[in-house]
Amino acid sequence: MSDAGLLFLQLIVPAATATVCMIARGSARVQHSIGVMGAAVALAAAAALLLRVDSVGVLAAQAGGWAAPFGITIVADRLAAGMVLISALVGLAVAVYSLRDLRDGALHWEFFPLFHLLLLGVQGSFLTGDLFNLYVWFEVMLVASFVLLTLGNRASQLEGALKYVMLNIVASALFLVGAGLIYGKLGTLNMADIAVKLQDPQEAALLHTSGVLLLAAFGLKAGLFPLFFWLPASYHTPRVAVSAVFAGLLTKVGVYALMRAYTLFFAAKFADLQALLLWVAAATMVTGVLGAAAHFEIRRILSFHIVSQIGYMVLGLALMTPLALAGAIFYLGHHIIVKTNLFFVGGIVEHLRGTGELSKLGGLYKHAPWLAALFFIPAFSLGGIPPLSGFWAKLAVIKAGLEAQAWAVTSIALLVGVLTLFSMTKIWAEAFWKRQPDDHKPPPRPVGARRKLIPLVLPSAVFASLTIVIGLAGGPLFAFAMRASAQLLDPQGYIEAVLRAGGGAP
Amino acid sequence: MSRSFILSRTARMLLPVLVVLSLVTFYRGHHLPGGGFIGGLLAASGFALVALGDGTAAARRLLRIKPVSLMAGGLSVALGSGILGLVAGGALFRGLWLPEIHIPVLGVVHLGTPMLFDAGVYLTVAGFALQVLFSLQEADA
Repeated sequence: MSDAGLLFLQLIVPAATATVCMIARGSARVQHSIGVMGAAVALAAAAALLLRVDSVGVLAAQAGGWAAPFGITIVADRLAAGMVLISALVGLAVAVYSLRDLRDGALHWEFFPLFHLLLLGVQGSFLTGDLFNLYVWFEVMLVASFVLLTLGNRASQLEGALKYVMLNIVASALFLVGAGLIYGKLGTLNMADIAVKLQDPQEAALLHTSGVLLLAAFGLKAGLFPLFFWLPASYHTPRVAVSAVFAGLLTKVGVYALMRAYTLFFAAKFADLQALLLWVAAATMVTGVLGAAAHFEIRRILSFHIVSQIGYMVLGLALMTPLALAGAIFYLGHHIIVKTNLFFVGGIVEHLRGTGELSKLGGLYKHAPWLAALFFIPAFSLGGIPPLSGFWAKLAVIKAGLEAQAWAVTSIALLVGVLTLFSMTKIWAEAFWKRQPDDHKPPPRPVGARRKLIPLVLPSAVFASLTIVIGLAGGPLFAFAMRASAQLLDPQGYIEAVLRAGGGAP
Repeated sequence: MSRSFILSRTARMLLPVLVVLSLVTFYRGHHLPGGGFIGGLLAASGFALVALGDGTAAARRLLRIKPVSLMAGGLSVALGSGILGLVAGGALFRGLWLPEIHIPVLGVVHLGTPMLFDAGVYLTVAGFALQVLFSLQEADA
């Protein structure tokens, strides 16, 4: 298959799967198998893309055959291809995980079409080389996530979705205004073309407004301080399969957009914002972890941890050295896997006990030691215990911080690591170790419950083993992150690939 | 809810007018203001009027196919037009054109994949709008 075909395939597969799932809504069995198979095909396509990009360099293709900068460019460098692969992996895991909810009737036929539409938005955001097209992909994600959040029609879900919708619409408006100002000033929205035009310092002079508008828009999506509050307000309300994919992927799209902005089209503006970004990262880490310490419901604690971990990634970006950027990229990948898995485990706890409130839980270590192991691995990876994946991610970011002599921010990052471990041990001690409280007896287990747990446990077990593999075989993966970071810091290859890519044979 | 005879009769008369208007708007949209999105909304408004006048059951009977099927069909057509461009033209959504033909009344007709995509938009928007309106009205009843 041609390189252009391989790039477009990443978008066609989720779009086609969503459409076919909609057509096949009458038969649950057919729809579920198509939903899972489509996710598996997307994973295979993403793996092929990553191998190709890692061996031949940046791939670019022009949608509609219109040459850059006039058409919309679809482009993949190592970072984009890596993100596409991990998202496809999360897509497949969540598709399998959701089967239990779907069979129990807790989710409806709308789930699979919307879920694949969400994945389409995520993959499109990673692959697009056009600023306005990025906005469109954000909207695709948003439209799908609005409905996914409220599947189930409970009052708490509507409340969470309302906050989510309002704040994300504000972010979209800021993004649109920022992009409009750029277009008015530079006459282009192609990211590579913007980067070329901004190499002229005269052109770069009047873009502070759109720079800050885009920082606010991407920061709100990523969950940066002080714009994160919508996230813990909404992520614990939907079905577990939905919140797992949200927790794993959506904020990371914001982080990815920030990375793309400050290494490519706003590289010229980065020096003005570096100090701000460093302190925002520090504040994000601290507020997130303190929020987690104050809560006593599993998914709420985990939501606050997303915020605090985003701080580490943005810290890596703000330091902007090759090692720091590689650390941020490694952190992104590690965090997607670990965080999705923690939501999976939280969901299994809720399935077994009917609640995620720590005060009503207990004795899980005695009743389900396998679940304790499944929780232990991602939780202590998140806390940064060697040799799990989180240790290497934190080590790289902190080492880069020390090399850049950013003492204050680096010590905050170390302190936050300890506090992360504290709230993970809180879940461990409350849910797993202490005795089951006498006034909250667990519901009796129905016959055949063990077999019904398979779709829940399988993705979680695969992700837990991945966490161990990333930890033990961190070398080659970190080498890949270093190559991706080198590619980001030298955007000339990306720019040339975009501007030179033809529209394909007529 | 008491039915208004005037609304019911007017809606029945306006439905064909609105559907024809929506098709004209859709066709005109290729070079001039109009297109699949606004056309789909106009078509949906015709059936929405019938739903207000005679209830959603009557409107659903007139529509014959389910709004969700309209959406699924529209998405398939739109995606198919993009894939056609990739397979035959080498780039997703590349515009492919049939030779120009002359048809009385319409004049020069220039059919191609962009218009096919727009037809997909028309169906998706009409289906989506009707799905939302019918659901809201039925939840209220």
